[in-house]
Amino acid sequence: MYAFDYHRPTSLRQAAAMLQKTEDAMIVAGGHTLLPTMKQRLAQPSALIDLGGLSELRGIEKKGRAVVIGAMATHADVAASDVVREAIPALAELAVTIGDPAVRHRGTIGGSVANNDPAADYPAACLGLGATIITNRRKIVAEEFFQGMFDTALDEGEIITKVSFPIPAKAAYAKFRNPASRYALVGVFVMKRGSEIRVAVIGAGSSGVYRWSEAEAALAKRFSPKSLDGMSASADDMNSDIHADSEYRAHLVGVMARRAVQAAVAR
Amino acid sequence: MASVTMTVNGKSVSADVDPRTLLVQFLREHLRLTGTHVGCDTSQCGACVVHVDGKAVKACTTLAVQAEGCDILTIEGLANGSELHPMQAAFREHHGLQCGYCTPGMIMTAVDMVNRLGHDIDEATIRHELEGNICRCTGYHNIVLAVEAGAKAMGGAGMREAAE
Ligand SMILES: Cc1cc2nc3c(=O)[nH]c(=O)nc-3n(C[C@H](O)[C@H](O)[C@H](O)COP(=O)(O)OP(=O)(O)OC[C@H]3O[C@@H](n4cnc5c(N)ncnc54)[C@H](O)[C@@H]3O)c2cc1C
Ligand code: FES
Ligand code: FES
Repeated sequence: MYAFDYHRPTSLRQAAAMLQKTEDAMIVAGGHTLLPTMKQRLAQPSALIDLGGLSELRGIEKKGRAVVIGAMATHADVAASDVVREAIPALAELAVTIGDPAVRHRGTIGGSVANNDPAADYPAACLGLGATIITNRRKIVAEEFFQGMFDTALDEGEIITKVSFPIPAKAAYAKFRNPASRYALVGVFVMKRGSEIRVAVIGAGSSGVYRWSEAEAALAKRFSPKSLDGMSASADDMNSDIHADSEYRAHLVGVMARRAVQAAVAR
Repeated sequence: MASVTMTVNGKSVSADVDPRTLLVQFLREHLRLTGTHVGCDTSQCGACVVHVDGKAVKACTTLAVQAEGCDILTIEGLANGSELHPMQAAFREHHGLQCGYCTPGMIMTAVDMVNRLGHDIDEATIRHELEGNICRCTGYHNIVLAVEAGAKAMGGAGMREAAE
């Protein structure tokens, strides 16, 4: 790692001020993406602003018809939260598929969403549930927040404080894990809320998380795995790497979507 | 330099460290607690697992300064004097190791698992929970047996303590 200064603010306001006045400063949350990146010298922040001291960013609560999760809630917090398990069990189940127990004890939802890794799980839940990303400056809907691989609508120095997930009628996440890294080779989040249907796909698309509109249209007629029979995504804009080529990923999108719908219907 | 204060195995420690210092480096090189190992340094293998405020964490992917004010438990803090912790005793009894490199991390992960899931954990759960811990020697079979037995023994120990 290159050398850096370290700051541990005690309030959100202080954190924002530190980010503002320190050139090339970066936020560190769980550090489970950032520290490995810094070890490889792929990131060179002048300073790390650690959000670890801000307990105000850790809460999980039900607010009206949404579950609002603080940016510093760890994957383990989300997985174990009674509020989440009751209102959006699919989200708690998704959190359990992330990494391993030790990773889940450190990694945070805010860090995962800010990072927008094309193989991470939370972007699929955000887009699939129609979440709103709340920052210290504004609210951004998921469609506008995720802007392609590792790219988001966040401005320099902007801090995610919460993510608000509207509660669905039915939802489920099906993930085909890369057995070594445990990231999603393909993950599909499906959701039904009244007449609204969403199918969000992660791991496959070459510009990160996206909605599979053909599947949404088919499910709008009838919300059943049968509606997706024979459907597979187009391999054109799919990732291709040593783990899976684009055709295999396209095939998996169809399989995972059917499994997710099946699980959602069974609730 | 940054100053950091934490409790390690029950003792309060303070130090001035380069902010780059990883928690595992701090434990091994500053405190000479070399029971916590570094296998991969890329958060894959789990040889570096310690408990931070009671939760299993990979110390190679945590900065020492991030542990400010935290309570750290390492493999050295597990035994009660010369009496092994029940999970350590189970690893010895069931021969849950060969070279022993992964063992401190395995045991810290196993204790965390029992703390969260209780004493009666089945093989499938144990294998799933050990996903973040890699062993290059044993083939896992005896590790899983050891964790299962250690979990039960931890329950027994708790019951004995309560009865006394
Ligand atoms: C072994 C291993 C396995 C993993 N497996 C999976 C997996 O299966 N699925 C998965 O989805 N992820 C996986 N991850 C990633 C893990 O979930 C990360 O913890 C997560 O992606 C990033 O969260 P973090 O809190 O660690 O963020 P950090 O590493 O601290 O930060 C990541 C980035 O986000 C920025 N950031 C952090 N918080 C905020 C905020 N509140 N506002 C604005 N910007 C912010 C940081 O500046 C940095 O650029 C894995 C990681 C490891 C090490
Ligand atoms: S050394 Fe930390 S996970 Fe391998
Ligand atoms: S006993 Fe050698 S690595 Fe596990």
